[in-house]
Amino acid sequence: MIPYMASSFNNLGDFLPMSLTLEQVRRVAHLARIEISDVEARSTLGQLNEIFGLIEEMQAVDTQGIEPMAHAQDVAQRLRADVVSESDQLAQRAAFQAIAPETEAGLYLVPKVIE
Amino acid sequence: MKQWEVVIGIETHAQLSTQAKIFSGSSTAFGAAPNVQANAVDIALPGVLPVLNRGAVICAIRFGLAVDAKIAPRSVFARKNYFYPDLPKGYQISQYELPVVLGGKLAIPVGESEKVVSLTRAHLEEDAGKSLHEGLGQHFRGRSGIDLNRAGTPLLEIVSEPDMRSSAEAVAYARTLHALVRWIGICDGNMQEGSFRCDANVSVRPVGQPHFGTRREIKNLNSFRFMQQAIDYEVQWQIATLEDGGSIEQATVLFDPESGETRAMRSKEDAHDYRYFPDPDLLPLLIDQQWIEQIRSQLPELPTAKRERLIADYGLSAYDAKVLTSSLELVGYYEAAVATAGKANAKTCANWVMVDLTARLNKEDREISESPVSAEQLGGLLARIGDGTISTNIARKVFDALWSGEGSSADEIIARQDLQQISDSGSLETLLDELLAANPAMVAEFRAGKEKAFNALVGQAMKATRGKANPQRVSDLLRKKLG
Repeated sequence: MIPYMASSFNNLGDFLPMSLTLEQVRRVAHLARIEISDVEARSTLGQLNEIFGLIEEMQAVDTQGIEPMAHAQDVAQRLRADVVSESDQLAQRAAFQAIAPETEAGLYLVPKVIE
Repeated sequence: MKQWEVVIGIETHAQLSTQAKIFSGSSTAFGAAPNVQANAVDIALPGVLPVLNRGAVICAIRFGLAVDAKIAPRSVFARKNYFYPDLPKGYQISQYELPVVLGGKLAIPVGESEKVVSLTRAHLEEDAGKSLHEGLGQHFRGRSGIDLNRAGTPLLEIVSEPDMRSSAEAVAYARTLHALVRWIGICDGNMQEGSFRCDANVSVRPVGQPHFGTRREIKNLNSFRFMQQAIDYEVQWQIATLEDGGSIEQATVLFDPESGETRAMRSKEDAHDYRYFPDPDLLPLLIDQQWIEQIRSQLPELPTAKRERLIADYGLSAYDAKVLTSSLELVGYYEAAVATAGKANAKTCANWVMVDLTARLNKEDREISESPVSAEQLGGLLARIGDGTISTNIARKVFDALWSGEGSSADEIIARQDLQQISDSGSLETLLDELLAANPAMVAEFRAGKEKAFNALVGQAMKATRGKANPQRVSDLLRKKLG
């Protein structure tokens, strides 16, 4: 699992050697749409760097020739039959939309999206 | 003037023809009322879990086998994270490092020859929902409307290597791929409904330069014509920009069919920071050889093999074979017609299917599957041309009668309307003797050397028999009598 994570994190920007900057923490928070204050960013930076330290320690383990796992459990995905199992979705939609902030003509309304 | 080389790679999203969505039991049918095909999984209510649809995996395996790719014995689903209102989970389930289909190749027609385009990969993923801005006659009070019916629809994203060198090659690739996914029954290919959409990565470089130029990606091309126009515009824009001393910045662009131009989307610097990681909700997808072989045994004969067989077995031209294999339905019809008409009439069958039948279908805007004349009926009709029972002209009449449902077989119509060709010499000779006696002037003209008069006499004979006389016989007998 570790080598996989490490390679994914490489996509985030070149983190190696494994230590984050404050700017990177802010960027990750922004990408995840998490609002953090300066104080929170600093404490998060410390915590994340501790985790990176831990990972770096684990990197010392020789994993040559070991296939990376994609899941903590070493079992295969079960498959469902290609069958429609839903019915009366009009009633279901009404139930879902009862808790939506705003709907119209069966659509969920959101702040205007412009591309 | 510098010589420029165009480099194009294509990513295609093919919507898979499953009944249910890739990770839920909602229907994938097109055109339902908004949000009635979006269940708790599709709208990402907390606590739900995705379960992979076997049908979608079968489609991916069929595709992999059809392009001679490697089917990954183990592949992994990953989360592609980004925020957009039509993506309820805040991530799209896709495949990243370990896709289900690896490599592969596709032979595309280029001029009179063909070119083999390499494929990089094909992976399974879910589609997002749709954002409507001012659709359905509504204005949404300045907001956007979200329809999640499409969210979770299975897609196969097929990625080519940057092997195309012109817009014509790009279109040939897209057309060939489009025909193939329909042929193997994994995608309906309906481009208006968005079932088959292409993104083209386009760059240019001076001829001889080893590395690629910077590419721009033209998104969501949903017609072959637009693809050609968009690439042509983009290429000339890139060349003009570079020749003016400018540089190309990597960007995502949209094609505007109104202006015929491409324009860059407002891009944010973090737009492509998707932070992929393995989806903990899904376990690795394992595909064993036995399953692959079972699926292989259910694949139809592929277009290239089929074309070669039509040429070898039926003596068709390469052109005829290509036209007939434009879809599995068409070639299936053709082969069923030949099965009834007999191999000796294979060429006649090809002509009738490609010309008479296709013209009639097009005129009435019908698909081959909706033809009022079945392959067996057509084959039965063409067998009667082959054995001399009727002429081609009479056959057209019988075809019309079959089309309008006046009989269940050609034989029935021929017998009922007494259309059988008159070939026996006895009755034809009597007829011709009467004809010659009645038209002394024409006979005299022919004897004086006018070939026209001969044709007129043949015409008279055909008319007298309402087209049923065998024209060759009439001609032979007339020459004998006049000679």
